[in-house]
Amino acid sequence: MSEPVKEVGSVTGIYSEHEEWSVNLGDKTIHAKRMPGRFRTLKYITESFWLIFFFGAYLRWNGKQALLLDVNNRQFHIFNLTILPQDIWMVSLLLLLLAMTLFAVTSVASRVFCGFFCFQTAWVDLFTWIEEKIEGNPNKRHKLDAAPWNADKILRKVSKHLIWLAIAVFTGISFTIWFEDAFVYWHDLMNFKLSMLEMTTLTAFTLGTYFLAGFMREQACLWLCPYARIQAVMADSQTILPAYDVARGEPRGKLRSGGKVVEQQGDCIDCFQCVQVCPTGVDIRDGQQLGCITCGLCLDACDSVMDKIGKPRGLIRYASLDELEGRPVKKLYQHPRTWVYVVIILLSLGGIIYGLTHLGSMKLSVEPERQPLFVRMSDGSIQNKYTFKVLNKTDKDLYVKVSAEGGVKGQLIVDADKTQLVHHGKAAGFTVFVKAPAENVMGEVTKMQFRVENVENPTMAAEYNSVFRGPKR
Amino acid sequence: MSDNHNSAGGVPTTGHVWDDDLADFVNQPPKWWMLGLTASALWVVIYFIMYPAIPLATNGTFFKGIGLPGTGQWTAIKELAEDQKVLDDVRRPFEDKLKTMTPAAILADEELSKYVERSGKVLFSDNCGGCHGQNGVGTEQVGAKFAVREQGLMAPRLNDDDWLYGGKIDDIHATITGGRQGMMTAHKDTLSAQQIDDVSKYVLALSEGRGDSEAAGKKVFMESDCTACHGADAKGIQAMGSANLTDRVWRFDGSIEGIKQTITYGVNSGDANARAAIMPNFTASGKLSAVDMKKLAVYVYKFGGGQKDEAAAPVAAVEAAPAPEAAPAPEAK
Ligand code: SF4
Ligand code: SF4
Repeated sequence: MSEPVKEVGSVTGIYSEHEEWSVNLGDKTIHAKRMPGRFRTLKYITESFWLIFFFGAYLRWNGKQALLLDVNNRQFHIFNLTILPQDIWMVSLLLLLLAMTLFAVTSVASRVFCGFFCFQTAWVDLFTWIEEKIEGNPNKRHKLDAAPWNADKILRKVSKHLIWLAIAVFTGISFTIWFEDAFVYWHDLMNFKLSMLEMTTLTAFTLGTYFLAGFMREQACLWLCPYARIQAVMADSQTILPAYDVARGEPRGKLRSGGKVVEQQGDCIDCFQCVQVCPTGVDIRDGQQLGCITCGLCLDACDSVMDKIGKPRGLIRYASLDELEGRPVKKLYQHPRTWVYVVIILLSLGGIIYGLTHLGSMKLSVEPERQPLFVRMSDGSIQNKYTFKVLNKTDKDLYVKVSAEGGVKGQLIVDADKTQLVHHGKAAGFTVFVKAPAENVMGEVTKMQFRVENVENPTMAAEYNSVFRGPKR
Repeated sequence: MSDNHNSAGGVPTTGHVWDDDLADFVNQPPKWWMLGLTASALWVVIYFIMYPAIPLATNGTFFKGIGLPGTGQWTAIKELAEDQKVLDDVRRPFEDKLKTMTPAAILADEELSKYVERSGKVLFSDNCGGCHGQNGVGTEQVGAKFAVREQGLMAPRLNDDDWLYGGKIDDIHATITGGRQGMMTAHKDTLSAQQIDDVSKYVLALSEGRGDSEAAGKKVFMESDCTACHGADAKGIQAMGSANLTDRVWRFDGSIEGIKQTITYGVNSGDANARAAIMPNFTASGKLSAVDMKKLAVYVYKFGGGQKDEAAAPVAAVEAAPAPEAAPAPEAK
């Protein structure tokens, strides 16, 4: 277009916002425009999910922290549940579940996580919101960046970074308190009594947040994030994602003076609003690409433009490649890839539910002595020695008693009525001797089952299969 | 996708051209990368001094002055000592208690006896296992010493309930602190071959509970000097350390040949073929501290054969016995 573009009315006024656009190589800061819209609202809602991260750890339950990943003492507390290292397989299932949910969602609707839930997205959104409040809209921010240092610039920049740092510190604190008592931590923090590890964690998370959300921003998505690297393999031509309708939009062309739409042109008026609002500096009209975190903000932007020029919304919309290229659009249930993910999700979910309902309150393991396998006593009887490990998964201390089933006729558990103390959340080890008359020991190995039970509540028990060993016959 | 053709942009090339138009730009690596490289190189030098790669005369005092943790001070032996200290700190409260307590009191204390059971293993293996075997299973004696048979236990098994000198905790402790010397005379000159044969059969029958079936042997046993040490009931006399011949446990060898050998040549009798049975005196040898010997007594007791001392149950034992209704609320950690 050779004709110079005149600024006419409110629609063409937006051209002036666009200065110079090029592929985002990270060499300049992206100041994305904030526009109201459906997806903008949705994004605020989904991002507020992270409030749980900030405040969830303060929740108390029965006088203890309700959600505590007590790594120091190797146990997780979730309300009444205590998860000990023995049950950690459930955590791997949980990770599998989360990964597969991520995959399934990606295969259906692309990077929903990136655009709406990811901490990087959320924190960057918060940081840039603060930036906008202090330094003004993107235009002003660009000017301020270029402006020489003066009192005003220093004041704005310093206050922005201070607020950023404050958020970063709070992020670091909020992370740490999931792993130890939140109130004790705050107390230690206020009294400068944090341990080396606590200090390191806090510093690492503060600096990490500050740099990732303040400076790295979309570069983290582009060059750092592993999920961004692999998400493409989960999406296919059936996946819906923010897409520019090329057939409808092209050939793009700017509005003429007077805001008139040029007839032979497509619907895209080349206003660059979609690029202006994009937090990763992507031009969605070039097609789906790595930089796009599918946040939907360009949909809002373009819809508002379409409203202004009186064209239907949806020039940029959530659409699959099939739809855009005019192929028949398959139904969601015709998406085998998603089904595979769903099956894995259900399996891992089943495993977790099984695990949680079968946690038990006690766990027993019995190790027969290996050297010697058995001992002949002075009265000729055969004695076996066993090392018992009883794990108390409840939150109370228990006394347990040992009994046995099967084994050799006439066998005797030495000191059978002796009770053993097992502290809550701990494993207790003790030795048990079993003695049997030699004439009843029929072979080298006789199967038997040990049982420990709570003396106060015999239904609280655990069993373990073991053997009684004797001499060759 | 985006058309992102990098143009030369005035950057000079190395002058090498391949495949008609493939050239090599002379672009500087990014500044941050160069800084990183330089910093890494610098760090090599700093680390070299701090480690210290060469034990410089200053021995890192410069860095010590800065107060960097551990700089210039690290040695493997110091690290070992630090790790050892961590362990010692855990053990000290136990060890301190052990010093003043009697073996019986230690045994009665649930927590302490468990501590000893766990920590006594090394002590036992180092000092006792050589003769008594790992876990007190006993060690078969092999060698050319015996004319008759090269067999028998070098030292008694400790995990059965047969004790020559008593199996109560204080007896075991006394055995360790004072040592023991077995004694049985050789009978090759006082008994005929036939008599030895008979009495051996009798003794074997005794252990199987059918002593009366060997009348000839019984006569020898009763009429010679056997009863003097083993008693008329052949149950042995603990004060002398003489064996109980009526039980199923054999000190040396329970086969008929083994029994004959013991009777013929004796134990510690001075005969060249005599069996040796010497428990060293660990107090005299100074190899073990008093606490070590207490620990070992408890450790050995807990092999499974220790005998309860019903009469003199120490008060501590009663206190330590868990009372289900009074479960103490343990500390959070
Ligand atoms: S192109 Fe659109 S959907 Fe993708 S990141 Fe940019 S604004 Fe979000
Ligand atoms: S796609 Fe929409 S927002 Fe983007 S330039 Fe075209 S009209 Fe403007």
